[in-house]
Amino acid sequence: MKRMKLVLLVACVAASFPAGAQAPAPALNFDAANPLTLPDDIYLGEVGGVATSSRGDIYVYTRTGHPTVSMATARPFAHGGSRLFQFDRNGRFTREIGAGLYGFLFAAQVRVDPQDNVWVVDEMSAMIMKFDPQGRVALLLGRKAEALNNPPPRAGGAGPAGEGGGRGGGRAPGAGAPQDVFNRPTDVAWDAQGNIFVADGLGNARIAKFTKDGAFVKSWGQRGTANGEFASVNSIAVDAQGNVYAADAGNQRIQVFDNNGTFKSEIKGVGNAQAICITPGASQVLYVSNSNPPTDIDTAGEIYKMRLDGTMIGKFGKAGKLPKEFGTVNEIDCRSESTLYVGEIGNFRVQRVTMK
Amino acid sequence: MSRYLACTFAALLLTAVSAAAQQKATITGVAEIPFMSVPNFLKLPPGESLGESVAVATNSKGHIFVYHRRDTTRLFEFDRNGAFLKEIGKGYYGFEFAHSVRVDKDDNIWTVDEGTNLVTKFSPEGKVLMVLGRRPPAVDGPVVFPVGPNPPAQKYILCRPTDVGWDPQGNIFVSDGYCNNRVVKYDKNGRFVAQAGSEKAGTGLGEFNLPHGLQVDERGNVWVADRTNNRYQVLDNNLKPIREITNLGVGWTLCISPGPHQYVFHSNSNPNGNAPGTWETTGEIYKTELDGTVIGKFGKPGKVAPGFQVVHMMDCRNPNEIVLGEIESWRVQKYILQPASRTATH
Repeated sequence: MKRMKLVLLVACVAASFPAGAQAPAPALNFDAANPLTLPDDIYLGEVGGVATSSRGDIYVYTRTGHPTVSMATARPFAHGGSRLFQFDRNGRFTREIGAGLYGFLFAAQVRVDPQDNVWVVDEMSAMIMKFDPQGRVALLLGRKAEALNNPPPRAGGAGPAGEGGGRGGGRAPGAGAPQDVFNRPTDVAWDAQGNIFVADGLGNARIAKFTKDGAFVKSWGQRGTANGEFASVNSIAVDAQGNVYAADAGNQRIQVFDNNGTFKSEIKGVGNAQAICITPGASQVLYVSNSNPPTDIDTAGEIYKMRLDGTMIGKFGKAGKLPKEFGTVNEIDCRSESTLYVGEIGNFRVQRVTMK
Repeated sequence: MSRYLACTFAALLLTAVSAAAQQKATITGVAEIPFMSVPNFLKLPPGESLGESVAVATNSKGHIFVYHRRDTTRLFEFDRNGAFLKEIGKGYYGFEFAHSVRVDKDDNIWTVDEGTNLVTKFSPEGKVLMVLGRRPPAVDGPVVFPVGPNPPAQKYILCRPTDVGWDPQGNIFVSDGYCNNRVVKYDKNGRFVAQAGSEKAGTGLGEFNLPHGLQVDERGNVWVADRTNNRYQVLDNNLKPIREITNLGVGWTLCISPGPHQYVFHSNSNPNGNAPGTWETTGEIYKTELDGTVIGKFGKPGKVAPGFQVVHMMDCRNPNEIVLGEIESWRVQKYILQPASRTATH
């Protein structure tokens, strides 16, 4: 009977919300603060990504500005613009990794795999760069365009190098080419076997799967609104069973696929799903950010906690500039269910979120 | 091609001359305030230099901040005697093309960068506390020089902003700027409250054509240097226009001294380019009361100190020691006004 009442209540509340609106979710208690101590000559810009290793090290991939385009060369070449920093578990600066790296232009994401390798996704060089725990380049996917297209290609148009991209040899818009040529990729994830899944991304609208050695396996998705299609693929995570969760922010949903890309289900009511993560361990949960657009802090901004089947557990936070508020969250790290690290585009910072 | 260049050049000259003609202040009979300039005021470390020193400010300890356009845009801090202390914001994402630096009552340092479209609040130690606006994302490619009408102004996106100020409650006011033509009010937490003007330039009260400098007095009134309209406007705290000041030449920049008796300094800066005749008709700085009474004037253009080349910003925390940042001479000067001048010609 009690359960019946609850179902009724949920049904009534749900009915009062139009389709696509936020699902009702209880407020979760939390605290948040900036955990990082920056040296005087290090400044964070827009934080593309933040991630932790098994030792508690904190990695931050940030847009530091000044991507320079050389003048009076045969073609316009772009260099620089983003940096990768490592901090210890107490937030003290440890080192910079990859200073001056060829692929560091416009930070999208950093993730740390179970072996503590550090994976960096760059939206502008369209590369996925794997570093071993010592900070050496171990594996590369994609290739930075030799020169800039100017004016730049639009989303869904030709790729950064004028190849691959959305054209993909006559394939559907956003489907990309069946290889590791990306167009504004956003994220990377792995299954238990080490297979690599790339969210590709904002220019393309597909997911690409590679073996752990980087051999192309397959890709799926194209631009659209149907199941298996994306407005964009903003973030990606894989659960312990190898299911792939893709944040399709433009369609205000998360899509769930099996390990081979077969559509299984969708999770609605999460708003502009720009960043997702799944906790490790036996009882997994999912966090997803309904990130506010960079143009407005008076809307959205909350983070939802859900079960993997999409059942809502609760939500916390809102958009803003103060501590405990969020400015366009672009990545959530949830190695621990109770301690999250959140990277913000709008506030040039990382916050450590403690769930109470 | 050469004809095109010649025509462009002629057009530029015409524009400069007519602007200079409009820019001559209409007020007459203003007393000269005697002053002396402190030579070689700032001491830079070996290998360092200033670029276009468009922005200067002091904090409560008398430290001087210079936000200038060098190899890249940089922010230097000096002690009260002009000795170099440190650089703030080295390699910071919000620095590309300096326009203003101001220090609030809690000694936080605020930069306004018209290249990144960002206003940044730094703690007194130089850590980023708050960011307003957004830098255009590099992934969208090089920004093409804007042509045509401005897109509609947005609450949280700035377009070549120029200056920042605060009322006693900590509300934030931004003049925005070269492509928008508005003044925006945010609360102390950075939330949008109101705006005056819009993306469109206008000449009516409460409309702007290049709002280029902004300060707030202790009553919370907002003073705006409305440069291309050759005037200053005073707005109330909710950005409703109160009055305009049209007799002090171009409204290039202004500062307001703190304390119970506030003074306003207005710069009729000589225009960039030193068009013929401009040194004779422009460049002076006016000292006025809040009610508009003009107390006196001082200074004139020149390549050699104490002349100045396009005063871009003034600090008047001490109304008898004016720190001046110049565009075209890549330097900062300190003018010490003679005390006798303070009571002149009320």
